[in-house]
Amino acid sequence: MRNAYISALYELADTNKQIYALVSDNGAIVYDKYRESFPERFINFGIAEANMISIAAGLAACGKIPFTYTISTFLTMRAFEQIRNDVCMQKMNVKIVGIGAGFVYSNLGPTHHSVEDIALMRVLPNMVIFSPADQLESRKMTFASAKIEGPVYLRLATGGTPDVYKDDYDFEVGRGVTLKEGSDVTVIGTGGIMYDALQAVEELGVQGISVRLVNIHTIKPIDKEIILKAAYETQAIITVEEHSIAGGLGGSAAEILLENNKTPLLFKRMGLDNVFPSGYGTYGEMKEINGLSKDDIVNQVKNIYQRKKIELKGL
Amino acid sequence: MVNLEEKAKEIRRLIFQTICDGGGGHIAASLSIVEILTVLYYGNILMVNPGNPTDPERDRFVLSKGHACVTLYVILADKGFFNKEHLATFGSSNTILGGHPDMHKVPGVEATTGALGHGFPFGVGMALAGKLDKKNYKVFVVLGDGECQEGSIWEAAMFAPHHKLDNLTAIIDYNKIQAMDHIDNIVSLGEIVDKWKAFGWEVMEVCGHDISQLQSAFKKLPFSTGKPSLIIADTIKGKGVSFMEHSPIWHYRMHNDEEMKIACDELGIDYSG
Repeated sequence: MRNAYISALYELADTNKQIYALVSDNGAIVYDKYRESFPERFINFGIAEANMISIAAGLAACGKIPFTYTISTFLTMRAFEQIRNDVCMQKMNVKIVGIGAGFVYSNLGPTHHSVEDIALMRVLPNMVIFSPADQLESRKMTFASAKIEGPVYLRLATGGTPDVYKDDYDFEVGRGVTLKEGSDVTVIGTGGIMYDALQAVEELGVQGISVRLVNIHTIKPIDKEIILKAAYETQAIITVEEHSIAGGLGGSAAEILLENNKTPLLFKRMGLDNVFPSGYGTYGEMKEINGLSKDDIVNQVKNIYQRKKIELKGL
Repeated sequence: MVNLEEKAKEIRRLIFQTICDGGGGHIAASLSIVEILTVLYYGNILMVNPGNPTDPERDRFVLSKGHACVTLYVILADKGFFNKEHLATFGSSNTILGGHPDMHKVPGVEATTGALGHGFPFGVGMALAGKLDKKNYKVFVVLGDGECQEGSIWEAAMFAPHHKLDNLTAIIDYNKIQAMDHIDNIVSLGEIVDKWKAFGWEVMEVCGHDISQLQSAFKKLPFSTGKPSLIIADTIKGKGVSFMEHSPIWHYRMHNDEEMKIACDELGIDYSG
């Protein structure tokens, strides 16, 4: 995802001289080509995220389009008030690109695991939030970010996440994608974990459970209709995210469902429940330790499907 | 040519009246920066045009200590950025003039400030943009001395000399008092001149209420080619109202009727009760 982002940024910078890459001492090697081609439009702020965001806002006030970039936790948390006041409140055309979504920085430990960032960015007025599932979406979202005149948070995984999309598709800001149709249960997910969700849903299909899979690539503004439709048609929803279950995708879905009086029979949020990420190891191991592996998704879907059958019998 | 001494007196009167009309505000902090802003706006230092407040070539002024915004409001109104009648609405429900300045509401306000430690790096960004675009505009930022306790000030203070932003001038309103007490009783700034010099700034100290010292400092800008300039303006918080001067309790306090009479008398306002 990161590489897709940087190559798209390179193309954008090649045609739009107002685009600047701002980093907070992160991006060795991956930015090399960009730095060689546009040295005057690459600024390394050193280890000073808050300063990077405020200065980016000042640059944007003078017509620049800064794409600020570093590890998501440092960017969205250390510089939160700068993002709130200097970028969102003043509607500055600054892009916040956080890398290391969820547990991607697996063995680096919980200081580097970004599992509250969606909640933080989601409460900010004027902010658009993109959470790509793979390289293709990452590329599309980078171009979409440049077209939006205002704040955008782009939540990226880091290295090579497997592709979710086999073919190109028409990306539209704020419009979720049904990756697979299904009628028994709907899994709604976002980000790199969509690949695990896709594997889980395919396995469940083999076992005779028809699972709909919805990818919410734009968390704000969110596609309410696709969520409400899933609630109405499948009556059982599970949200999956590498994030706290508070305030993220699951929180958003819960708010939409309740406020629109279309609550499904059953609703479950998968993610971190009031805990920091546990363990070290590989990215895959991290997902297992924290209850977000493919098998965990399979088990949660089976569980909710059984409960749905019991509930329906009772009606 | 505007008589700057007289103008400063007029601004002080307007600040006091505006805050009284609004029923509250940061009077003492606003009075502290009167001469600094008077010289900037009326002394041919800050080149801005009320008729075209977003001219890309204009100089930029950022009030990083946003709580002193009434001084800025009064001057912008007086200069014609917006109708003076707005001043009487300060702090009311439908006003454009809140207790901290909003760049989307007030013509001539370049940055929404209020949370300390934001306006200064925002201004550094504007200065950097000017250098990148090879434009000639200058950027002026007024920051509070208490504000220098914020870490973000020092991140930006390190950044600006590295990028040789000699189109940038920071002015510290050095009144030595913060919200709760004298700065030295809370967390001292220590050797403030040496600190900024060590960060790579060219520093000049002036009396922040002395028009001619301020003029002379501003005319020397940039103090050194290739370096950002810092003016440490020695000021008195509450300047012009004797009982507010040097007194920390007046950071956000309103006077009673008796004090009102004294303040009006000292500022030259006709007090009618």
